[in-house]
Amino acid sequence: MLAYFIKRSIVALLVAITVSIISFMLLHVSGDLAQSLAGPSATASDIEQVRKAYGLDRPLAVQYVDWARKALRGDFGESFFLKQPVFPIIVQRLPVTMTLGVSALAIALVVSIPLGIMAAIRPNSWIDRLALTVSVFGQALPSFWFGLLLMLFFGVTLRWLPVSGTGGWEYYVMPAVTLSYYSIPAFMRLIRAGMMEVLASDYIRTARAKGLRTATVLFKHALRNAVIPLVAVAAVQLGFALGGSIVIEAVFSLHGVGYLGWESISRADFPVVQAIVLILACFYIVLTFLADMLNAVLDPRIRIG
Amino acid sequence: MTALLEVDRLSVEIPLTIGTLRPVRGVSFEVARGETLCIVGESGCGKSLTSLAIMDLLPRRARRSAARLVFDGVDLTSLPERRMADLRGNRMAMIFQEPMTSLNPAYTIGNQLEEALLRHRKVPRAEARERAVFLLEKCGITAAGERLSQYPHQLSGGIRQRVMIAMALMCGPKLIIADEPTTALDVTIQAQILHLLASLQREFDMAVILITHDLGVVARIADRVAVMYAGEVVETGTAAEIFARPLHPYTEGLLRCIPVPGRTRRGEHLGSIPGMVPSLIGTLEGCAFRNRCPHAFADCAARAVPLAETAVGRSYRCLLPPEARAAGALEAATS
Amino acid sequence: MSVETFVSVGNVLQPSAGTLLRRRIFGHTTFLIGAAIFAFILAVAAFAPWLAPHDAYAQDLSQRLVPPVWDDGGSWLHPLGTDQLGRDYLSRLIYGSRISLLVGFSVMIMSGIIGTTLGVVAGYFGGRVDLVINFIVTTRLAMPVILVALTVAALAGSSLENVILVLGLLLWDRFVVVTRSATLQIRALDYVSAAQSVGCSTSRIVFTEILPNVLNAIIIIGTIEMANGILLAAALSFLGLGVPPPLPDWGAMIADGKQYMFFNPWVITIPGVALFALVLAINLLGDGVRDLTAPENRN
Repeated sequence: MLAYFIKRSIVALLVAITVSIISFMLLHVSGDLAQSLAGPSATASDIEQVRKAYGLDRPLAVQYVDWARKALRGDFGESFFLKQPVFPIIVQRLPVTMTLGVSALAIALVVSIPLGIMAAIRPNSWIDRLALTVSVFGQALPSFWFGLLLMLFFGVTLRWLPVSGTGGWEYYVMPAVTLSYYSIPAFMRLIRAGMMEVLASDYIRTARAKGLRTATVLFKHALRNAVIPLVAVAAVQLGFALGGSIVIEAVFSLHGVGYLGWESISRADFPVVQAIVLILACFYIVLTFLADMLNAVLDPRIRIG
Repeated sequence: MTALLEVDRLSVEIPLTIGTLRPVRGVSFEVARGETLCIVGESGCGKSLTSLAIMDLLPRRARRSAARLVFDGVDLTSLPERRMADLRGNRMAMIFQEPMTSLNPAYTIGNQLEEALLRHRKVPRAEARERAVFLLEKCGITAAGERLSQYPHQLSGGIRQRVMIAMALMCGPKLIIADEPTTALDVTIQAQILHLLASLQREFDMAVILITHDLGVVARIADRVAVMYAGEVVETGTAAEIFARPLHPYTEGLLRCIPVPGRTRRGEHLGSIPGMVPSLIGTLEGCAFRNRCPHAFADCAARAVPLAETAVGRSYRCLLPPEARAAGALEAATS
Repeated sequence: MSVETFVSVGNVLQPSAGTLLRRRIFGHTTFLIGAAIFAFILAVAAFAPWLAPHDAYAQDLSQRLVPPVWDDGGSWLHPLGTDQLGRDYLSRLIYGSRISLLVGFSVMIMSGIIGTTLGVVAGYFGGRVDLVINFIVTTRLAMPVILVALTVAALAGSSLENVILVLGLLLWDRFVVVTRSATLQIRALDYVSAAQSVGCSTSRIVFTEILPNVLNAIIIIGTIEMANGILLAAALSFLGLGVPPPLPDWGAMIADGKQYMFFNPWVITIPGVALFALVLAINLLGDGVRDLTAPENRN
């Protein structure tokens, strides 16, 4: 178990470093950073001044190491736009995005697990068809469009929920539902396939032969095993949700990390962008790492010999 | 004394793309209290499905029907599922063929053992645990207390099968159905498990239905035997009767296939039964064995062959009386 | 005993008659519906100049935000109304199909080539090569796609080519995973070792034996990534950093319409429905292909 843990940690670390290098490269290589900073009306000498001022004339490797060292201390530089240290700005916005992501995950699980189980018990029944249709439609809906439609319906026509902005729990309902809709098909198919496979296995037959009640067989014995692959996928989806929340936050004017990222890109505030990319990537890495560990907890065969 | 289990004309049907499969066709037998009945037959003869049908554990698409299916005075055909679940694992229990996959990998064997008792009896967990330890030791597992906290994947196949047996015994059932419990195990372990089953049966006064394709197992452990072929019972009798004087050509053929110490001469060819099992899809005309039977004649194809009883508990399903068959064989041997 | 069996209980419990038939019909229906919608949109894109009643770029500020023909105030002159600059919505919709299809196909082909190459190489050579490619995929998965795409678009300038480039270079991960496992399965089969033992060169084996069998997986993932590419491009346009105006991209149309949507809901509904229909069609095509080529249906 320890060896597993250590191996995973090393890989996670390497991935984090690689991502930081890539995001650094992206910023400095896709276009002339100095020019973007100086603005469209800058002259050549203005651009040169900007370049020197921000140390952009040094070799890339040097710039990277400098940035990386500071980043490890939590110093991601200063925001060009807000003239404040980057890290605290991000940390302040983080709870919004986390709330959104976790709520979306919760909604997705609450909807997809029962649907998936029912579809597995009665394959090819109307419930299975319904689940499949929900699945197919969910994957085709553009998330931002779905959000707008919800806004129109629940915010304007029914006036049940606030249309946009950040605040109490009611501001998170529509964004969370919109974000969850994309994960539901994947989860549901996974649970359905997993349950169908598990329900056909020998130990379920043994459980029934012991006279256990149907609920016990389904939940204690079957679901417990079928849910194992779901854990990894759920963690990955949460990671994606955190990264992809940018669109939802933009649609609903929810001031989280994604929204900050969008704003920063629009106004060329690159230290913030670089930090956000790295932080989101780290979240994803940590989540997949946790998923692996959780897998080991759930499946004794991984944990013990 | 009434039989513990009465099975009268039990059938199983499974609808397929190409027609209706009938793997169990009118099977009848009885099991008395405390006796061991062996159901013998080759793969595909319907013996496993028969046992699943008795426990009502058939796959969803399969349909069961029976003229009579009575266990310990309870009519199983009209029993709602909830009541059937109360019987399963409680008064009738089942042991399966593949010990490697029959236990849930996510829970300790202690948990799975205790669960079998706690489902049917309102006793404190500690008592369930004690019974589990007691039965594991009865089944020949050492250090039973520590084993309880182990997971199935940590145990060998032989140990897992012993755990399955202990699990079946948790509620003190009157009937155990063992579906080829030793087939997946090493030969040396096989003998041990059979020995264990026999001694447990005596000690707890249970009836055992043992399903097998191995005549050696039958010789060791059976009180009575039912031979199945193509979904039907073709011969019944005590083990001694079947081995000494088989009444059905199929049983005869089976016995010729195995070497018997003292009877088979050195250098003698072992027999084989030519041909193949007929398709069980749709309805079968006449005797199912006729295309492989050396004694078949015109009538065998014409009508279904009824089970003929020569004595109580001794029957066979053949149009030819055994004397006629022996005479025919003698004729063939001397011509 | 030396008797043979004809029907063993194990393989009798295949899908029943009803299930197989239902699956075949469902597979066919899915495929046909998807193909029909897709073909329709393809046709619209191909015949756009003949189908569109107006110039998609022609502005007419006196005709701003005219509602569609079914609302009052609408007319058949502009069947789907006009946008905030007086441009005919129907024409923009029709020309927008060209952009979405172009993006979809290009991203699919680009990510398909990258992903399949990586996947087949990883599966075929295994060992360290496999580890490295695995690491690359993990790294790619850790990066937030939209953020990265937005950043690149902001720096390199937002244009149709850049959108396609950035998405094509990011969406290959599923291809790698699927083609890798398909290659692993096939490599283990006997006929590949037979080819190797006869002395066939690696590339020959790859092209003649492995690729044709991996094709099935590629087609299915291809539809997924095509749909993905279209949705992501629309999201980028919606956020203002995708296909630049005045190109009639459906996502951009939704973005433009957002500020007017509370009183003129059709401005966002219509392009949204178009996007949804296209993506749905592609998904159905992929699902249909998967159902029809599923192992049970092969003989």
